[in-house]
Amino acid sequence: MASLTGPRGLINRLPIVHQLRQSVGLQRGMLIAGLVITGLFVLTAILAPLLAPYGYSTLRDEDGVFGAQQPPGGKHLLGTTVGGYDVLSRVIWGTQTALIVIIVAVVLSIFLGVFLGLVSGYIGGWVDRVLVVIADGVYAFPSLLLAIVAAIAISGGQSSFWGGIMAAAISITVVFIPQYFRVIRAETVRIKSEAYVESAMVIGSSAPRIMTQHVLRNATRTLPLIFTLNSSEAVLTLAGLGFLGFGIEPTAAAEWGYDLNKSLSDVTSGIWWTSLFPGLAIVLAVLGITLVGESLNDLADPRLRTRRRADVAPAPTAAASVVPGGSLTDAVDLDSLEARS
Amino acid sequence: MTTTQLEGSAPAGAPARAQRSGGNKLVRFIIVRFLLIFPTIFILVTMVFLLMRTIGDPITAALGGRLPAEQLAERIHEAGYDRPIWVQYFEYIGQVFTGNFGTTITDNRPVVDVLVRYGGATLELAFYALIVAFIVGIPLGMLAGYLRDKWPDAILRIFAILCYATPVFFAGLLLKLIFAVNLHVLPVAGRASVRTELSLTRVDNPTGIYLIDALKTPNPGAVYADLLQHAVLPGVALGLLTAGIFLRLVRTNVIGTLSMEYIDSARSRGVREFRLVTNHAMKPALIPIITVIGLQIAVLLGGAVLTETTFEWKGLGFTLAEYLTARDFVAVQGIVALLAVIVALTNFIVDIIAAIIDPRVRY
Repeated sequence: MASLTGPRGLINRLPIVHQLRQSVGLQRGMLIAGLVITGLFVLTAILAPLLAPYGYSTLRDEDGVFGAQQPPGGKHLLGTTVGGYDVLSRVIWGTQTALIVIIVAVVLSIFLGVFLGLVSGYIGGWVDRVLVVIADGVYAFPSLLLAIVAAIAISGGQSSFWGGIMAAAISITVVFIPQYFRVIRAETVRIKSEAYVESAMVIGSSAPRIMTQHVLRNATRTLPLIFTLNSSEAVLTLAGLGFLGFGIEPTAAAEWGYDLNKSLSDVTSGIWWTSLFPGLAIVLAVLGITLVGESLNDLADPRLRTRRRADVAPAPTAAASVVPGGSLTDAVDLDSLEARS
Repeated sequence: MTTTQLEGSAPAGAPARAQRSGGNKLVRFIIVRFLLIFPTIFILVTMVFLLMRTIGDPITAALGGRLPAEQLAERIHEAGYDRPIWVQYFEYIGQVFTGNFGTTITDNRPVVDVLVRYGGATLELAFYALIVAFIVGIPLGMLAGYLRDKWPDAILRIFAILCYATPVFFAGLLLKLIFAVNLHVLPVAGRASVRTELSLTRVDNPTGIYLIDALKTPNPGAVYADLLQHAVLPGVALGLLTAGIFLRLVRTNVIGTLSMEYIDSARSRGVREFRLVTNHAMKPALIPIITVIGLQIAVLLGGAVLTETTFEWKGLGFTLAEYLTARDFVAVQGIVALLAVIVALTNFIVDIIAAIIDPRVRY
């Protein structure tokens, strides 16, 4: 008990648990609200087969076809879409698609981005300079446009379930890599000049060992923060791609952006249920993850942190800022990371 | 924090040498920053080119299945897509640097013409969105920063997160549902009503920017009223996204500057709280906004694609979405490359403005 839950125990040093204990008042409320919404989102995704009344591509049951644009009520709690699908079922199944895309996109971009950032920052020289210019170029570009181009390249614009998910996830990855790259590179450059890295060089440790053992371990403290920001952005990019017609076909999976695109013409004729519910699902999913990220950001930024709980000792992970150095610019950088949707 | 004065307005007593080296630094920064535009454009155009070619030649993508194989092969040969990829690549890069972004397949139009025709609409939309973002984001951000951790701050922060969490197209659909379909107070879609569009196409040398063309119409008042009615919903839908970001940014920075000693000293001199926030704390807090506007241009362009599709606002984004549906990838590639150039140029301009205002930026 003491070793696991004490002030410096293992559980308390886990990223989110630590911040939860550290927070008070409004910040704690925001963090908890975010965690609850995110938890519900994940649960819905896992339990989708049990929760959804119908399949995502079900058009009929034993009583015959559902019919298109049926208003909410009766057999269809949230009505049916213009294509004759059950709205509630598609909203619930959509969480699954979104969660898979988040996981694939974030895992891919963390691995590639961290690797490139580490190597670039550690080696320096012209490799570093070239990579920085490339990353900055990609970073400044509208991410949705880049995702469109990547989606065309990967799937040719039309997709099956895994094809569509991979296309969306990889397009999002292309956009995210520069963000991880920038952060990890900046940290690496800073850590490289620390005395313990120099001592490791002196005693003859190999470059890969120094990079993984000494630099990487100390450079990852900001990752949970970017992780949440990117997860929420992944949901938005997926929906944006779907809205522009790069979504996953309705027979392959449920995708909120696709449903919103199909509901465009419904809106003009006053049919509100086909757009409202998938849209709210996007907002809630992004809201939950962003609330978590936002709270982590505030708790990590000494200028924004309100008070600490007196009984919790500050841990080193608390003092994290995305860009070390300029105290003014790091907030800007965080906001701009988040600003890219 | 307080070094917001312009380079030229240095105090008269400042040593001339320091002033000159400051000026040289600025010139050097501008030159270096200008030269950086080219690799940026080059990298983006290369990436777009390579990604688009991984699916094969664009003519098969657009017309495959609709033309007999011989005709298809003939058209591919005519357009030069059967040559080695690196030959095509160098030709393309050469074309881009001379301002030729290709010709669309489906309607055989130079991509630059598409920009000239529809760019004005997108520019207008981005302009409206920025106005909404400023009007909503900056005062609310000041308020939230000043009332930090009180309930208005809590509400405003949740509002800012909601602005970010709501996709622009969903915001647009909701606004449409409420204000256009249910309340009938604003038009559902489009840049102007049919009559206004007609009168706008009749003016001499139309620029495509309706706000300018409207001046030349016989009845500018009515035209402006119509244009602004159509602009409200798309402007708000796209503007709120940026407003949320401005709000957070202003809040963070006002919190930072409010804890500075010069604020205490101003307060002790009897400066009123309102002036303290809107003037003393605000001025240094605005610098990061200028830097972020550069990135926001990219966000607005991405958002414009979605907003324009939602509101049938016939701009670059709407056209891009149409070409996407038609699978005309030459047009897509051209428009995206063109947007890359626009983004690189606007970022350059914003960086220069930031450097002139804030000497700390120059490195």
